[in-house]
Amino acid sequence: MNGAAMWYLNRASGIVALVLMTAVIVLGVVVRRQGRLPGLPRFVLVGLHRNVSLLSALFLVVHVTTAVLDPFVDIGPAAAVVPFASNWRPAAVALGTLAVDLLVLIVVTSLVRGRIPIVLWRVVHWSAYLLWPLAFLHAVAAGSDVRSGWALAVVLVCAGVVAGTAVVGWLLRPPPAADRAPAAMASIVSGAGRGSGVAVFRNG
Amino acid sequence: MSRLVLDPIRCTGHGLCAELLPEGIVLDEWGYPMLAAGDVPRDLLRRARQVATACPTRALTLARSVMSES
Amino acid sequence: MITACLGPGILDPSGGPGLAGHLARYGSLPAADAVQAAERCGLHGRGGAGFPVATKLRSVLAASRASGRRPVVVANGAEGEPASAKDAVLLTRSPHLVLDGLQTVGRALGADTLILAAAPALLPALEARLAERRDALPVRLHPVAERFLAGERSALVSSIDGGPPLPRAKVPPIRERGVTKRPTLVQNVETLARLALAVRGDTSAAGSTLVTRREEISGLVRVDVVDVPLGAPLADVVRIDDGVGAVLVGGYHGIWLSAEVASSVALEAPGAAAAGVALGAGVVAALPASRCGLRETARVVGYLAAESAGQCGPCLNGLPRIAAALDDLARPARMPTAMLEDLLRWCGLVRGRGACSHPDGTVRLVRSALEVFGAELAIHDAGGCTAVDPAPFLPTPGSSP
Repeated sequence: MNGAAMWYLNRASGIVALVLMTAVIVLGVVVRRQGRLPGLPRFVLVGLHRNVSLLSALFLVVHVTTAVLDPFVDIGPAAAVVPFASNWRPAAVALGTLAVDLLVLIVVTSLVRGRIPIVLWRVVHWSAYLLWPLAFLHAVAAGSDVRSGWALAVVLVCAGVVAGTAVVGWLLRPPPAADRAPAAMASIVSGAGRGSGVAVFRNG
Repeated sequence: MSRLVLDPIRCTGHGLCAELLPEGIVLDEWGYPMLAAGDVPRDLLRRARQVATACPTRALTLARSVMSES
Repeated sequence: MITACLGPGILDPSGGPGLAGHLARYGSLPAADAVQAAERCGLHGRGGAGFPVATKLRSVLAASRASGRRPVVVANGAEGEPASAKDAVLLTRSPHLVLDGLQTVGRALGADTLILAAAPALLPALEARLAERRDALPVRLHPVAERFLAGERSALVSSIDGGPPLPRAKVPPIRERGVTKRPTLVQNVETLARLALAVRGDTSAAGSTLVTRREEISGLVRVDVVDVPLGAPLADVVRIDDGVGAVLVGGYHGIWLSAEVASSVALEAPGAAAAGVALGAGVVAALPASRCGLRETARVVGYLAAESAGQCGPCLNGLPRIAAALDDLARPARMPTAMLEDLLRWCGLVRGRGACSHPDGTVRLVRSALEVFGAELAIHDAGGCTAVDPAPFLPTPGSSP
């Protein structure tokens, strides 16, 4: 493969990875807020969240490999996991490296989630909200396409989707435990239908 | 022998468990799981293990049955 | 308002609550083994569960040995039950008996941390009582929130650890992993007071129990706390005559008894909750015939539903719906179709499906109300109500009647 083709593959896989990671965050919030995609059983939704994230990891592997192998930019294999190890645009690449490190942590802890303390899994999983901005900033800083045109549009739309999803997820959060029972009582008292027509109260 | 144990505080009624193991778990009218009593039948053990791993809030565990104690 | 306090035993006020009066009445605390004393007199817990104390002490001791960690002893004076006043009265009148019990259990279990949990209003006086003593083991006072579940043992452990006063999952059990993850004994203050008497050789201490009585006397509601022999007829504890419609025994997780049944039953026999009616939190409330039992129950269940910890789906969903249904049944109006059916179904759905026994206890009360006030249900359905007095009888803090 000649250098130019590798560079194109690198940029394409990078953008696809970012789009897929955006989808993973949306799916993650839908799962956490117990939403449904019409017609889809819940275990399929959870499976989708998992599989799309593995797919994004796959595209990241391509992205990192092509970056390392490309003869026109001096990015050594160490830069794949060690931040600031790249000679080419060290800071910009470092952002991506950190994102990759976090993704590896998230994927590994999720694969063994039955065997690690739930708090550890949760903390690592939530670093996804750190991972995405790192990937975004890396795309803006290191990506030559992202200055204009369709690539910029795609990246900005993804940023909007992630921000919007995070906000909606936060707005839909259930009340803290101490408030739930009084809220349920108030809702039933004011509800027209007693009991049967009332919505389900969420405990988390 | 093993049985499925539910932590009612962790459980928020996602409902995956009932989709994956309808022979042993049904959802009540609010979407919260009701587990069949007793040990998990041998032929369902593997699926029960998958269900415990699949629960998004880790509310289900497959525990070895012990004599009941207070 | 607590007006009188009868009976000798652990509520004897003759010496006053101070140390001097306590020592004059009971003598100093001997070094006898608490576990053996509990075993000898067959003491059962007086906090509601009625578990044999010796067994409980031994299990915490075993857990402590197995884990190699010193246990924690918590004296539970939280008394979240609004209709109960016995623990507050005990802590006010005979605090040194409770503190003696705490010390003797602490010594028996090899504990190094002793905690007394009680309502904030009681703590200053308890502080003064503690200052009078020269105990081997220090005692920490812990203020409890005014919530029904604040005294639930895992909720109490959670609040002592700095968390919210909400129950936690029962696995692993508190006796193995409680306060600061150490084996923990949570014991009601009345039980500890009786243990303090038992180690002094007073075996009769286990044979009586504190009861909070609530009755209407000459048109006024009177509440007091008495020391009553176990196995005594219920009719000896409260007056059950034509003016009484039903009797609530045990508290808000207890049961209603019709006046007829109440006048012929006895309190649980010493050491065996199976015989006689279980006393639970020790509340005996004689509902005047002039009030509506359904309305009282509906109000209480509304309170219980609002007091749910909100941590478990079935309880959070079932209790408010049950409360709303009872509210409808308490009105003198045609019962909506399928209402009773829905109510019973919800009762069945919540039992045993929470992290604590709150839904179970609530359903027990509801079922007994539907049974005892069955005739009243039919009258309401026809548009009437036998009650003439709408004023609330049972206390429900924080809610409008």
